[in-house]
Amino acid sequence: MKTSRIMKRASRYVIFYAALFGLWTLLAELKVWPPYLFPTPWGVAEALYAGFKDHTYWIAIRVSMERVLIGYSISVVLGMILGLGVASNKFLEETVGGLLVSLQSLPSICWWPLALLWFGLNQNAILFVVIMGSLLSVTLAMEDGRKQMPKIFGMAGRNLGAKGFKLFWYVLLPASLPFIVSGLKQGWAFAWRSLITAEMLYLSLGLGQVLMMGRDLNDMSAVVAVMILIIAIGYIIDGVVFKGMERHLQNKWGLAPAT
Amino acid sequence: MNAGAQNVATQLPNPAQPFRPVRSCGSCAKVAAVEAGPSAPVVLPAIAKVGLREICLKYRTHSGDRLLALDHINLEVKPGEFLCVVGPSGCGKSTLLHLIAGLQPPTSGQILVDGKPVEGPGTDRIMIFQEHGLFPWLTVGQNVEFGMKMKGVSRAEREEKTRYYLRLVHLAKFERSYIHQLSGGMRQRVAIARALATEPDVLLMDEPFGALDAQTRDLLHDELERIWSETGCTIIFVTHNVREAVRLGDRVVLLTFRPGRVKSEFPVDLPRPRHLEDPAVARAARQILDQLRDEINRSLEAEYAEGVKPHIETGVGA
Repeated sequence: MKTSRIMKRASRYVIFYAALFGLWTLLAELKVWPPYLFPTPWGVAEALYAGFKDHTYWIAIRVSMERVLIGYSISVVLGMILGLGVASNKFLEETVGGLLVSLQSLPSICWWPLALLWFGLNQNAILFVVIMGSLLSVTLAMEDGRKQMPKIFGMAGRNLGAKGFKLFWYVLLPASLPFIVSGLKQGWAFAWRSLITAEMLYLSLGLGQVLMMGRDLNDMSAVVAVMILIIAIGYIIDGVVFKGMERHLQNKWGLAPAT
Repeated sequence: MNAGAQNVATQLPNPAQPFRPVRSCGSCAKVAAVEAGPSAPVVLPAIAKVGLREICLKYRTHSGDRLLALDHINLEVKPGEFLCVVGPSGCGKSTLLHLIAGLQPPTSGQILVDGKPVEGPGTDRIMIFQEHGLFPWLTVGQNVEFGMKMKGVSRAEREEKTRYYLRLVHLAKFERSYIHQLSGGMRQRVAIARALATEPDVLLMDEPFGALDAQTRDLLHDELERIWSETGCTIIFVTHNVREAVRLGDRVVLLTFRPGRVKSEFPVDLPRPRHLEDPAVARAARQILDQLRDEINRSLEAEYAEGVKPHIETGVGA
């Protein structure tokens, strides 16, 4: 019963992607558009193979991952402190909290010109954009998580002698994790997008630049290949890291898995 | 315990006044003030473990009104005493425990533990909450050692004590389980073990068995009584269940409905171990309940007036 349902689901996936792939192949073979505008699947596969073989993609992935990890980590730490402050102080909530919500409508790449002026044409400017991209979601998630977290945990923690940093680290943070994990996930997605955007604007290795290189060489196969890489990395981090974290928390807390 | 004169059973022929209502509502503030003198520093007798002096607490409700939750509460708890506090829901009895735990300051008045004023939380006073007080992200063992870890107790000592206290509540086998894997009764036993592991002088219990089924609660009453006599700690136990209060307490304090005042106190001089079904317990409970009923009616009227669906807590055993 159960296996047949999984089979059904898997077959739906296979059919969908086969159809998509078929359509792509068909359009490419019919030569509706010239190949330099509309790459064939084979061309993209070749570009992927070549890119990995001459290490361009490996280096680009490493550089991009490094940047996003540094930027995202800073966002998480800062965002948690900010969010906690906003959640526990009425004045901050009304002032900083409101500002954060309004800032969320600003695409992080708008910080790029300022970042260039402040940090120069280097890695730090990219990191700044990545941080601005994800900081807000993490902050708002932490604020929300802190408010949703049952108050009794904080009381029990203080009662058992936890205060200051210990209270935050051993009680408030773990107690609010189930409520902020979706915000952390969203923050990651924003960090990743901001990074690629910033990399496209600045020659600096990284996936974004490799993608722009494809454009400059008029090599649409390479462009699509890098797009696929960007999607794949984002999807893998989401599916492995964050799904794993959610499942782990659900098991510990005994929460019903989200459906 | 069985000192005779105040034994409830011996007083039964006179049901109108079976207890000695030590204080009655309203007058306590004046009495204490006269005793202490207008400017004299408050000096408690050396025997008081916990002393509440003129405790008042005002809330600001969502609508902005100032609500008087506790009104000039005066209470003294002797070392090793098992004190039960009963009252209708909304009388501020849980809040009273928060104040003693130092989780919240009173608006006015003084809380003394061993004669020293309370200034914030301390591990000499540990609370046990009705539910959800345990940390779901930690295992049973990690929950029990939490207080010791905060104190900086060494790992080896923590492990040893964790095992000791888990054995004390008969949960040694569940050290590595998570909280959600345990039944309600087991969770409250973990909470007791966690509280005891910090070696507090005073246990503050906030309707700890309110959400449990009758059988489990009976078992936990026995266990709590045993642990209390083994450790000799002072217990302040809040409940809305009068029979539970009589079954456990050396003394029962009845609070009035909003604002919470001490309406009366009842020493319970029944021999231990007691049982919830003991006729003497039931009789003693009934007499407290007569006084409690007025307060419950007031609380129900207030709830109806506020348009809130009342949840009736008659206080009689389930």
